[in-house]
Amino acid sequence: MTAVFDIEALQVDLPLGGALWPRLIGKAAPRLNILSDITLSIASGESLGLVGESGSGKTTLARAMLGLMPASSGTMRFEGAPLGSRASFTALRRQTALMFQDPVASLSPRMRVGALVTEPFVIHREPMGNRRERARELLETVGLPAAIAERFPHELSGGQARRVCVARALALTPRLVLADEPTAGLDVSVQGEVLNLMSGLRDRLNLSFMIISHNLAMVRHVTDRIAIMYLGRLVESGPTAQVFANPRHPYTASLIAAEPHPDPRRRRDDLAIKGEIPSLLQRPAGCEFHTRCPRATDRCRVEPPALRAIAPGWQARCHLAEPEPT
Amino acid sequence: MSALLEVDDLSVAYRAEGGDVAALRGVSLTAQAGEVIGIVGESGCGKSTLAAALIALLDANADVTAGEVRLNGRDILSLHEDARRKLRGRDIAMIFQDPMTAFSPVLTMGDQIIDFQQHTGLSRAARRERARQMLLKVGIADADLCLRRYPHELSGGMRQRAAVAAALMANPALLVADEPTTALDVTMEAQIIHLLRSLRTEINGAIVIVTHHLGVIGELCDRVYVMYAGQVVEEAPVDDLYHAPRHPYTRALIACDPGAIATRQGVLPTIPGRPPDLAAPPPGCSFAPRCPQADATCRSTAPPRVRVSDRQAALCHKVVP
Repeated sequence: MTAVFDIEALQVDLPLGGALWPRLIGKAAPRLNILSDITLSIASGESLGLVGESGSGKTTLARAMLGLMPASSGTMRFEGAPLGSRASFTALRRQTALMFQDPVASLSPRMRVGALVTEPFVIHREPMGNRRERARELLETVGLPAAIAERFPHELSGGQARRVCVARALALTPRLVLADEPTAGLDVSVQGEVLNLMSGLRDRLNLSFMIISHNLAMVRHVTDRIAIMYLGRLVESGPTAQVFANPRHPYTASLIAAEPHPDPRRRRDDLAIKGEIPSLLQRPAGCEFHTRCPRATDRCRVEPPALRAIAPGWQARCHLAEPEPT
Repeated sequence: MSALLEVDDLSVAYRAEGGDVAALRGVSLTAQAGEVIGIVGESGCGKSTLAAALIALLDANADVTAGEVRLNGRDILSLHEDARRKLRGRDIAMIFQDPMTAFSPVLTMGDQIIDFQQHTGLSRAARRERARQMLLKVGIADADLCLRRYPHELSGGMRQRAAVAAALMANPALLVADEPTTALDVTMEAQIIHLLRSLRTEINGAIVIVTHHLGVIGELCDRVYVMYAGQVVEEAPVDDLYHAPRHPYTRALIACDPGAIATRQGVLPTIPGRPPDLAAPPPGCSFAPRCPQADATCRSTAPPRVRVSDRQAALCHKVVP
């Protein structure tokens, strides 16, 4: 399988605000490290789940991938072509689409749905033929009646607004769709509809998806591979089914265990993970997860672990992770 | 013995352009002291209206068309506004979905949590000490620092813990939590669930959890009411609800939850169709248009409430006792 998107050793830093004094005396402003050492690839037709708590850098990664956040170092390639220059990202955005977390907020309140779903053609100066006809086709792809084209975003239900966002993302038949929390705020029955729609389109159009979410139950069903982030680093990545069956990083294991069970017979009495994600301003030394890790040893407190291979395509950043017996 | 909280055949309608919307249609529920009750349903099923009625805080355009809400035998919806105000905070406390909007952004946490106790008549120092103790109890280690902070300086999980502490300050008879974990990460969600569970023994009253998340209900509640289109379609002890659900809607809802599906599936189950328009509810069963078992009777006649056991009942033609 060929990779659609390749990320190698990506690092993203942001200048810290309020650093006026260093700038006045001509020194480089202090920078805050957001993402570091991210190596990830998305294969053609694959669906990748990106998981982690708020503040783990999931959305930042998606933004950096589309050039909306400058990378400090590392390389990214889209279908083999390196990304970096402004022009390369503009060309990239023609072939990718980003679905934002809040569907209603990401649709302009002053535009009708018909204009919204065809806007990508205008932005990228692509021919679309009859705009009304094209809007009808796109809405049909996502299972919405043509009459919706006349509505404004505030007149849509949560599920409909999501579908409009999917239609808009698909307008230019992209190769890769980055979906940030595609089902947040939806009821379970509607969540299934939106996800089934996305996987149906993936099969039909050979799309690749990157689904950013903290809903593990959902990610488990709809993704092929999963990458878990903690404090801006990948702590584990591998095939979804295997990672869920036998997570190698204690953070992955605690996230899975923390998920509430819809079954009173499986209530947990102990707490899988205590405390909160530390601040990026005060990254813990050694393994960054050691402050919350139930298995942390002295070594974890001083020596940062490297990514270890568990099996082909499966890695974990933990001193205690053992490779899969072959 | 009369229950601590009794909702008796409550109907609430919102006045709207083009006719009234029947948000609640004959809802009855009870809660005993020491119980944790769950109210579950999808958006638009009326659970938020019910939560508002429980704390006597219905919108100005909402009319109670029938029924009562009784707390310790007293009808709280017919009270004068001043009396209702006194009730809230003293007998009833609420935890909201987003703790950021529940606190004032321009006052420190300390100012607010200390203020909440003005009816106790304690000195400021004593109130501060009580606030500190309560924050420690909900798992905020550095309580003094937390009291000095503004709401935006705390993380979401911290704010929700502080909101729980604030709600408990009045030692309420009824604690209503509306989607208490929806705005939080899984890790924080697990911690708040854990906290609420550990506090239930300390609260002398009842806890009502309103949510759309079946996982939260499963982890936390003793008895559950499932709502659909403004009605309670099933009530059951939590174990029966998940292991012997009787109403087709309850079954469909459980089947849809990806957390309940053990084997990985590419296609997730859904409930086809949409909930009915409550401005003109259907004459028969409101779930009939989406129900796989529905027949002509279901579509024309309102279903009876069938008691399956002394603690389980379903609003359905097809359920036999």
